[in-house]
Amino acid sequence: MDKLKNMKKTTKNNIITYALVIAAFVIMQSLINAGSISSLLEGLMVPLCIYIIMAVSLNLVVGVLGELSLGHAGFMCVGAFASAFFSKCMRDTIESASLRFFLALLIGIAAAAIFGILIGIPVLRLKGDYLAIVTLAFGEIIKNLVNVLYIGKDSNGFHFSTKDVMALNMEPDGKVIINGPQGITGTPKDATFFIGFILILITLFIVLNLIHSRDGRAIMAIRDNRIAAESVGINITKYKLMAFTISAAMAGAAGVLYAHNLSTLTANTNNFGYNMSIMILVFVVLGGIGNIRGSIIAAVILTLLPEMLRGLSDYRMLIYAIVLIVMMLFNWAPKAIEWREKYLSFGKKKKEAVK
Amino acid sequence: MALLEVKNLGISFGGLRAVNGFDISIEKEALYGLIGPNGAGKTTVFNLLTGVYKPDSGKVLLDGTDITGKNTIEINKAGIARTFQNIRLFKQLSVLDNVKVGLHNKHHYSTLSGVLRLPGYRKVEKEMDEQAMELLKVFNLEDVAHVAASNLPYGQQRRLEIARAMATEPKLLLLDEPAAGMNPNETGELMDMIRFVREKFHMTILLIEHDMKLVSGICEKLTVLNFGEVLCEGKTSDVLNDPQVVTAYLGE
Amino acid sequence: MSFISYLINGISLGSVYAIIALGYTMVYGIAKMLNFAHGDVIMIGAYMALITMMKAGMSPILAIVAAVIVCTVLGILIERIAYKPLRNASSSLAVLITAIGVSYLLQNTALLVFGANAQTFPSVIKWKGLSLAGGKLNISGETIVTIAACVVIMIVLMLFVQKSKPGQAMRAVSEDKGAAQLMGINVNGTIALTFAIGSALAAVAGVLLCSAYPSLTPYTGAMPGIKAFVAAVFGGIGSIPGAFIGGILLGVIEIFGKAYISSQMADAIVFAVLIIVLLVKPTGLLGKKIQEKV
Repeated sequence: MDKLKNMKKTTKNNIITYALVIAAFVIMQSLINAGSISSLLEGLMVPLCIYIIMAVSLNLVVGVLGELSLGHAGFMCVGAFASAFFSKCMRDTIESASLRFFLALLIGIAAAAIFGILIGIPVLRLKGDYLAIVTLAFGEIIKNLVNVLYIGKDSNGFHFSTKDVMALNMEPDGKVIINGPQGITGTPKDATFFIGFILILITLFIVLNLIHSRDGRAIMAIRDNRIAAESVGINITKYKLMAFTISAAMAGAAGVLYAHNLSTLTANTNNFGYNMSIMILVFVVLGGIGNIRGSIIAAVILTLLPEMLRGLSDYRMLIYAIVLIVMMLFNWAPKAIEWREKYLSFGKKKKEAVK
Repeated sequence: MALLEVKNLGISFGGLRAVNGFDISIEKEALYGLIGPNGAGKTTVFNLLTGVYKPDSGKVLLDGTDITGKNTIEINKAGIARTFQNIRLFKQLSVLDNVKVGLHNKHHYSTLSGVLRLPGYRKVEKEMDEQAMELLKVFNLEDVAHVAASNLPYGQQRRLEIARAMATEPKLLLLDEPAAGMNPNETGELMDMIRFVREKFHMTILLIEHDMKLVSGICEKLTVLNFGEVLCEGKTSDVLNDPQVVTAYLGE
Repeated sequence: MSFISYLINGISLGSVYAIIALGYTMVYGIAKMLNFAHGDVIMIGAYMALITMMKAGMSPILAIVAAVIVCTVLGILIERIAYKPLRNASSSLAVLITAIGVSYLLQNTALLVFGANAQTFPSVIKWKGLSLAGGKLNISGETIVTIAACVVIMIVLMLFVQKSKPGQAMRAVSEDKGAAQLMGINVNGTIALTFAIGSALAAVAGVLLCSAYPSLTPYTGAMPGIKAFVAAVFGGIGSIPGAFIGGILLGVIEIFGKAYISSQMADAIVFAVLIIVLLVKPTGLLGKKIQEKV
């Protein structure tokens, strides 16, 4: 009996999460259709989907695997550039926008996943602070490399350079596709709010089901106690890499959305650098580390609030900073935990396990 | 033939010879004690047996298979499971999930069928649930199956650690100070439980313990470790009356 | 000749990294935490010095003193308010994320107070420097003073940690907090002192950095802060001579990378150094190995 009750509880929890996302989409979409929403807010919908996917995917690393990644925007960058490159090359070849976007999505995800594996293999040997700083380093390197990358195409095929456009040595008919710091211009604007919404649902489906499976348990066991996990035969490297790669792939999907929502794609600190990684981290922390639904709600609130209260937008980053510090102190300081248990126990004695 | 056969096992840390020339031979279904003063190297022996440290000399045979120098995961798969002196549970996971992690290598389905909830997932998860609940019943933990491990009282945490180790279906169970921090009542229950586990699962058990009541109460044979070397070994009553052992414990 | 002048520039930049890294490495050695906000304390120090000189019209010496005082107080406050409550937290990620929050807080407060526009920082060093080899090799006063300051600071710190009472307390706390407490050492006071020293060094580094590269924004400290951490890891975290060597090497690598490989890739090269060091020798050049207890 007790088991049944619990099974229901996690399922119920997941259903609430899906329902919230679907309801939010339906409400926003009907508001947009009715034209009762500012174009500014409407323009925020795709970015919001991107942030939500990023937050859920980062929570898989920070909350479920228990390691801090500060280079998550790097994977988004890989997904964005790989897919935008594909879309731009195929713009005239593949007529159907939805087919083209679908293929671009797969390419972006695959590219980010490959980077996830390549970076994960060395990085995941490290722990804690060192792991965090190395992910930051990789994120910055990716951003840097993209900024010196020049790719052009002419009748002879593709040309690469890391210097400038002249060094591509193209025929007169050649077209520059990736133009160093100027990035990629003219990516088709294929991303829509609906596509973003579907991608959120898929991301959620994968993460929530993964957590409640054999592999997810192994990942959380590593988070809770690596040595004990090893002692019962859990392959630490395999599962760390699995969580990291899945997370990178999802960030890649967010990058694809990003690239196909803008006509010009460049890599700078605010979109694919440290700042983006930190912003996503703020969502994860505010929503509760390991709490997937919380990440989504936090992303929505922290994205929309500063925009809706115009006066706040100057203070946006400051608010993020304070949220980060206060949340961490409130949730993790032993004294704060003691205080909470004393005054805010809500009559519950034994906490249910966190999934 | 003995289940565990260790010959001349040794390791040094820096200049310190932490364990030297360690021999032990444990028969199937034996309840064997490893005792010695603090710092004698008992936990180091466990770490050597489970692959946490690589020995720099010696040989370990488990059921006739050479497992010397293998890593922790391979050794667990070969059939050694352990508990830790300072309890190491998966704190945020439920009691049931702690045991299911122990069952990890006994049940398989692919990541994809887990994510897509294919029939394989449902079938195997059901088997795992049933098997885990059965184990929890043995250790009298079925009522707290859905409580987070960190919220269990101390005695139950110790029992859960043993349950998790048993879930890996070992041939040899290593218990590192299972009675540490328990009151005499809890220790009494623990002794009954260890005996029960041995009988029900035909388990071979090697334990480190300081509680002499527990050691003399359940162990059939003992090995005494002092300064990283075997001081003596034999039947429990003989060893405990050995003047050498008394000196090692009480000093000159 | 250009090789030598790159080398000297590299050593000069590396000296700034080394001074920051000294603060990083001491804090890491004792509080066992990565103080992400350390780089931003540098920026605050530079702004303080700038205000003292430009607005209050005081001498460069007084400006440095003011910056040191403000940063020292700031460092102690940060430790008390944001880090100390998390010292015994169950997750080591908690304090790391908080430190990121503090870093962001400092940057964005500075952004609101001082604005995003870069301000020109007047050099605190009036000396023109040396002209060698018949004018072919010019070494600026800033370069010479920075290198000299770095060497002096390192020697003083080493003497302090090895010989003085508070220095011995620091070493004791970094070895074993609990045991140090039992021996009657004031652990909280020692950690606060470490943050104070680290932040004071950050102020000095800020002034020297902005004297050599005279453009100050709220983000000025972030990159040098991270690079100084790279330097500290490179040299072996917790080791004072390690931070010095790591800092100098990193500065030289960065300037050579800029000059001979690609100026846009200089940061990437520095980060690549970090990754290689951590993967090949995680304890750095002079660090010691710590094994996890089972």
